[in-house]
Amino acid sequence: MGPLIPNGVIPIEWDNIIAILIGIVFGFVLEASGFSSSRKLAGLFYGYDFAVLKVFFTAAVVSLIGVYYMDYLGYLDITQLYVHPLYLWGAIIGGIIMGVGFVAGGFCPGTSLCAVAIGKIDAMVYVAGIMVGIFIFSELYPLFQPIYEGYFYGNVTLEDSLGINPYWFVFIFSMIAIVAFVVSDMVTKKVKKIFY
Amino acid sequence: MKKELKQKSKHIYWNPYYGGFLLGILILFTFYLTGRGLGASGAMKSSVVSIIESVAPTHAEESNYYSKFITEDESPMKNWLVFETLGVLIGAFISGGLNGRIGWRIQHSPKITSKRRLVFALGGGVLFGLGAQIARGCTSGAALSGMAVLSTGGFITMLAIFASAYATAYFFRKNWI
Repeated sequence: MGPLIPNGVIPIEWDNIIAILIGIVFGFVLEASGFSSSRKLAGLFYGYDFAVLKVFFTAAVVSLIGVYYMDYLGYLDITQLYVHPLYLWGAIIGGIIMGVGFVAGGFCPGTSLCAVAIGKIDAMVYVAGIMVGIFIFSELYPLFQPIYEGYFYGNVTLEDSLGINPYWFVFIFSMIAIVAFVVSDMVTKKVKKIFY
Repeated sequence: MKKELKQKSKHIYWNPYYGGFLLGILILFTFYLTGRGLGASGAMKSSVVSIIESVAPTHAEESNYYSKFITEDESPMKNWLVFETLGVLIGAFISGGLNGRIGWRIQHSPKITSKRRLVFALGGGVLFGLGAQIARGCTSGAALSGMAVLSTGGFITMLAIFASAYATAYFFRKNWI
């Protein structure tokens, strides 16, 4: 039963090899989907290209359905999976700062790495910027510590926070994604085309 | 003729639903194997920590933040996310190579200069790096992987990123459209 490595089905020695293999597929899929182009990514915020929305939400829906279905079938124990913890104000403030960085720089960390791999100099500058940002955070850590460590609610899921049935949530979320896809296509038709 | 074909294929990307489907399967597979999701900014944090550790070891040990990621016997670079990130670079290089997209260039809108693009890329990177530390993860680690297991923190971070990007897009419009 999964997860395989924590349960010892696959020996821990394979961990780093698997990391590289998973990374290769991750990088390949992102690059092939056009995520090495900042101008394609930024299309999301101006309505001329919704590839990010489509890839991101399709991936979220597929992985959500997959995780819950494999749990239901008994192949994967969902309670053993790592749930990203909730530090309420850290999540909100960090997200807001990242959003400005996204639209200013045109990348997020994963996509910038793909662009670095194919030689985009702007992406290399962006990655250098990320490292500077991490450095600033680390040096000013006492300043950020209250929001970094405070308002902690545990490794909670929406099931815990909202009391919602996860299966219903996955269903509703999938429907919202489909509506978003249809609306995004309608918006693209109305917005002035940008060639890049 | 052959050259023309090559020119044409440069900007042909996968159908986004196909790419999204494969990415979703990959996230599922990653959770199934390792019990955790994907990440991207984590490796950059490890890089910063190891640079500081080698340049100013006492400073790194005294810092409340760097010291979290420093262990006695192992380098901060010996980390799952660092190996995964090496894979990302290889995978993107293969995909870019197969499609003739590899080359040194600064990509920007014809309406702005290369210099302006680089200045904004640097500033955007600084903000993203800072935000990713405050939220303990970026679009990959917090939002995408978090959402796959219904993490409340993942959903909140995802909403905050996109809400703030849309709210501020107007001010950066010159760079893109």
